Amino acid sequence: MNPRHHILAVLVENKAGVLTRVAALFSRRGFNIVSLAVSPTEDERFSRMTIVVDAEESPLEQIVKQLNKLIPVIKISEIAHDQGVERELMLVTVKASADARSQVTDLTAIFEAKIVDVGYESLTIMVAGDPEKLDAFSDLVRPFGIVEAQRTGRIALPKLARQPVKLRSVKTARA
Amino acid sequence: MKLTGAQALIKSLELEGVEVMFGLPGGAILPVYDPLIDSSIRHILVRHEQGAGHMASGYAHATGRPGVAMVTSGPAATNIVTPLADAYMDSVPMVVVTGQVPYSVIGTDAFQECDTVGITMPVTKHNWLITDARDIPQIVREAFHVATTGRPGPVLVDIPKDIANQTMEWYWPDGVDLPGYKPTVKGHPKQIKDAARLINEARRPVIYAGGGILKARAAEALRAFVELTGIPVVTTLMARGAFPDEHELCLGMPGMHGNYTAITSMQKTDLLIALGSRFDDRVTGKVGAFAPDAKVIHVDIDPAEQGKVRRPDVPIVGDCRNVIEELVKAVRAEQSKHGKPELGEWIGQIRQWQVDFPLHYDQEEGGALKPQFVIEKLRELTPDDTILASGVGQHQMWASQYWKFHHPYTWINSGGLGTMGYAVPAAIGAKVGRPDRMVWAVDGDGCFQMTAQELVTATAERIPVKIAILNNAYLGMVRQWQELFYEERYSEVYLSPDLPDYVKWAEAMGCVGMRVDSPDDVGPTIEKANEINDRPVVIDFRTDYREKVYPMVAAGSSNDDVILDPSMDRPGGR
Repeated sequence: MNPRHHILAVLVENKAGVLTRVAALFSRRGFNIVSLAVSPTEDERFSRMTIVVDAEESPLEQIVKQLNKLIPVIKISEIAHDQGVERELMLVTVKASADARSQVTDLTAIFEAKIVDVGYESLTIMVAGDPEKLDAFSDLVRPFGIVEAQRTGRIALPKLARQPVKLRSVKTARA
Repeated sequence: MKLTGAQALIKSLELEGVEVMFGLPGGAILPVYDPLIDSSIRHILVRHEQGAGHMASGYAHATGRPGVAMVTSGPAATNIVTPLADAYMDSVPMVVVTGQVPYSVIGTDAFQECDTVGITMPVTKHNWLITDARDIPQIVREAFHVATTGRPGPVLVDIPKDIANQTMEWYWPDGVDLPGYKPTVKGHPKQIKDAARLINEARRPVIYAGGGILKARAAEALRAFVELTGIPVVTTLMARGAFPDEHELCLGMPGMHGNYTAITSMQKTDLLIALGSRFDDRVTGKVGAFAPDAKVIHVDIDPAEQGKVRRPDVPIVGDCRNVIEELVKAVRAEQSKHGKPELGEWIGQIRQWQVDFPLHYDQEEGGALKPQFVIEKLRELTPDDTILASGVGQHQMWASQYWKFHHPYTWINSGGLGTMGYAVPAAIGAKVGRPDRMVWAVDGDGCFQMTAQELVTATAERIPVKIAILNNAYLGMVRQWQELFYEERYSEVYLSPDLPDYVKWAEAMGCVGMRVDSPDDVGPTIEKANEINDRPVVIDFRTDYREKVYPMVAAGSSNDDVILDPSMDRPGGR
């Protein structure tokens, strides 16, 4: 896990142009987005963005404060890696001609992945899990030849409270 | 009641209390200009959209009310981007309405189409593209609310032509619905208590007052705080007038061209009390060497300013007036418990700096006219509450240094963005907002040429502003840097004193034009200008091009390295 990677859960108004405002703010202030996932929440007036940011601790505080100033941004929480459940989804097309096919399907079974399309010379496989699992799967099928791969952005929710959840709401930091 | 979108827009502006707007019509905004004929709102027809934006800004500075500008789509919208960026940097409340091509053709590269909302997103506090006429009253209310509350700033409302022509059932919303926008007004009581304790323990404290004092209408609260604590105050470029220059605890402007005492007191302080200021690079110099021994209390309504440049020991998020009033109570409690600290030694040190390193220039009798002399004379001969606007450059620094500010809201300039050409339109906007006041602009010859056409607007609308051009025939500040840092290699900075002929140009625009070459004529000409109240006046002061702005801290240098006027043969001068 890259220690510079921080996961921000950003609740925003579900309106046109909000994604642009958020994304533009990152580039304007000189920050990089590693991955981004957006979808409406259970309440359709709002959307939730899960943003993985590459930043040190102190610039992160500044970007969170600047994000908070955007009018359509309602709430920002940082989900620490040990405090959240993180998942990604990957679709990957792997070369799998007759002699290699059974090895690829074995790996698919081990990773509890799913074959979603079959061709003469290749298979398309869907893998879901935490980012490390997806990395591992990619590494293992690479020798067979990856034709194409697409990963979703990371999504995350805080772990359920077996102990009180530590959501760091940056808005209230000290002030 | 059925109204068109355009009628609803004008009616909403009236209900928001708009009395005057600055603008210029065009294709896409035509429907909105029609109901304006029947409206109570005064419209000032500008000659360039940039003028409309800066006038709205000057109006907002002078009155505290949001400035309103309205222009059409495409090039008009891009012309008003500079004033938006300017107002965003200086936290000026403004509402700009732009026309847009019909919603049905957006994205087709229609005539005079541009992505106004996209372009202005980074330079507005928020902006809206109206997609349904029924949203107009709600969006206008939200626009004024966002512009004027929290940390103020400019907002933009983009209205497509077909939406302006749509009909809607009129209503006026009770309030705004912005779940993501709740500015913190009250400071945290514990932080205020901590701050009061630090204030009462400090032996070399300084108040670093910024433009937030003015935005929060906190000048009186600041005065009460100073009088209770006896702590000296520096007033930044954006805060000139927030604390009166004649007060014995006012140290004047700090920063790159601040005076020695203001700069040095911040370097030597043990407690920096930042009130509505943002640690701008022009104030701090090299950040790592700024106020090295100081603990910092930082009061600002914008949480993102806390720790952006300098990590405060006590951050307080809140409205400056509210927080200062609470601080007064908390410090009084500290004083009654522990007594009032003795600051005599510190004040004595400051007095010594003031004696040793005052602002300085030499106006020789019969010699070339010094720009500082013009400003001192102007101050002497104008009423106490005269509003002074300025452009950007040497003249701006001299104005801030040599003008004596007695009242808040009497100084209007472009601080953060440094927009040349700001003075003329800003002065016009200020005079529209405060017709009872005398309004002067001190401008440079370079600046004046950027926006002078708005004097046509001023003549046509009978707005009698007065402009003092400090004409040194150069882009003076750039020349100064080339002289000091580029081995006197003057690259593209010469403008000529006679081209254009400023007197004839003024007369062509319906103003009175006058010229002054010698120090003896400065006073009488200013007095003549003060007598003219039916049209604008322009005075072309031919000033000494060799004069430079001192003191100076070179860009990137520590504030310990203050360069004084070379003629000052004193210790510390370098």
